[in-house]
Amino acid sequence: MDALPERESPMGADQSPKIVIVDESPIRAAILEEGLREAGFTGVVHISEMQSLLARIYALDPDVILIDLENPSRDILEQMFQVSRAVRRPIAMFVDQSDAASIQASVDAGVSAYIVDGLKKERVKPILDLCISRFNAFAKLQGELDRAKSALEDRKVIDRAKGILMKLKGLTEDEAYVLLRSTAMREKKKIGEIAQSILTASELLK
Amino acid sequence: MTHPLHIGFIPLVDAAALIVAVDKGFTAAEGLDVTLVREVSWSNVRDKLNIGLFDAAHLLAPVAIASSLGLGHVKVPIAAPFNLGLNGNAITVSPALHAAIMAELDGDRYDPMATALALSRVVATRRKSGAEPLTFGMTFPFSTHNYQLRFWMAAGGVDPDEDVRLVVLPPPYMVDSLANGHVDAFCVGAPWNSVAVDSGVGQILHFVSDILVRAAEKVLAVRQSWSDKNPQVVAALVRAAFRAAEFIEQPQNRAEAARMLAEPDRIGVDAGVIQRTLDGRLKISPDGTMRESSRYLLVARQDAARPDPVQAAWLYAQMVRWGQTSFSPEALQTAKAVFRPDLYDAALGQEGKGADAAETIGAFAGPPFDANDIGAHLAAFAIGRRIS
Repeated sequence: MDALPERESPMGADQSPKIVIVDESPIRAAILEEGLREAGFTGVVHISEMQSLLARIYALDPDVILIDLENPSRDILEQMFQVSRAVRRPIAMFVDQSDAASIQASVDAGVSAYIVDGLKKERVKPILDLCISRFNAFAKLQGELDRAKSALEDRKVIDRAKGILMKLKGLTEDEAYVLLRSTAMREKKKIGEIAQSILTASELLK
Repeated sequence: MTHPLHIGFIPLVDAAALIVAVDKGFTAAEGLDVTLVREVSWSNVRDKLNIGLFDAAHLLAPVAIASSLGLGHVKVPIAAPFNLGLNGNAITVSPALHAAIMAELDGDRYDPMATALALSRVVATRRKSGAEPLTFGMTFPFSTHNYQLRFWMAAGGVDPDEDVRLVVLPPPYMVDSLANGHVDAFCVGAPWNSVAVDSGVGQILHFVSDILVRAAEKVLAVRQSWSDKNPQVVAALVRAAFRAAEFIEQPQNRAEAARMLAEPDRIGVDAGVIQRTLDGRLKISPDGTMRESSRYLLVARQDAARPDPVQAAWLYAQMVRWGQTSFSPEALQTAKAVFRPDLYDAALGQEGKGADAAETIGAFAGPPFDANDIGAHLAAFAIGRRIS
């Protein structure tokens, strides 16, 4: 499923290079696409379906292809270097090796770019820089979401542990929580960990 | 002092020596603190090794050579001090293509010349009837799988660039692609051939050891510059991988090794399938037919782990034959120098030297391979894409 409808910008209608984003994450692709459009790159197409990937790319004939590094289909793109019948041969980003820092930054961010031969480097650089910053922003967002999820999980576990303590030891909810917290402090562990061990123990003793 | 190392791998059975070296504690015994990182594409493994996010990697032997030559990507000289395995790939075809080849077969079904000639008749018939060309999946442009498929079919008169389509597919997508008709056949490493047979969508037509007696497959790759600066670490890594390879080759250890490899964060498939690969005893047809080969996958026996520059020369010759690069004597030397028996010997001394293998390549077609005469090798084959 494509998150956004594909738009074919007519060739030569504007000077903006045609960019294809290959990403199975619709949210990340949308963040990237939005950033590119804001920066004035109007010809952006998102491909989220990996079936017949090469055929679709050939049909779109992009100047720049951006792909996330979690995508096994990256190896499929490497085949483009080999195909002599493709009129315009794409090359890997900065194959002239003049910009090791950019390669490092993009791999760190989790994105790779393929650029059609002949496209000027100074036109590619802003695209890649934007791409790196958006990928990093997405990773940060994802990290925050994961932390929020795990905090929520912890709270559920703590609530269940409190329930067990209240039932077994006849404590109020506040007393149960104080007991969890003081145990955690004494054992230098997180409250969530103590709560989890209570849950595990109670499962075992059932 | 322990050395922290990050090593990338692709979940395939030929990463066995590397995975067992870490998980059985052989690397720790050498003072190495290894974190294995499972990757999803060869492009990622190559790039992360090249820019130093990985200290070492499980890498396709031809990618190590291509990287040293700067083919297709950034030029980073690679050293391969340890061969992670010989052979281990297989060609699996759809039941329909299998039936078509068997109907045209004149000879033994395990004879690659007989099957290649049968394939060329199937291809000719399809062309006459206006059918779409057959599509073969392989794992990477610079892969043994690509060259093995091409070598085999070209010997029977099938031009891999004109008569059929060769497409890159990530190994985990192979089986689905065969099932849904996206490809008619593929060449891939274990466990994917067995997975296709077990799920009833494919028949193993050939072990790659039918095509080549000895074929370098994956290497333990490090950056040459890093290797020069860290000779002790490289030696320790080679020793650990060698101990693991020897461990795996003992039949009584196979079940334990298979269990380690089957872990979800390693290869993540059924241990039984992995053990069949290590044992070289594979189910080749959904009807239950078994086939055994003592050369299906060589991890340590028959000197398999010692890098052989002749193997590197053969792979370079395939790059030239199929137009991935033009021939130059300097490039041949660079390619051969990627495989480093000297580093292997420095780490293991006499211990690492097994009985000399009789054949270096042992291809089923063409004259014996001479690493010093690539021209003769290329001249022996009618089909090719040499760039002059």
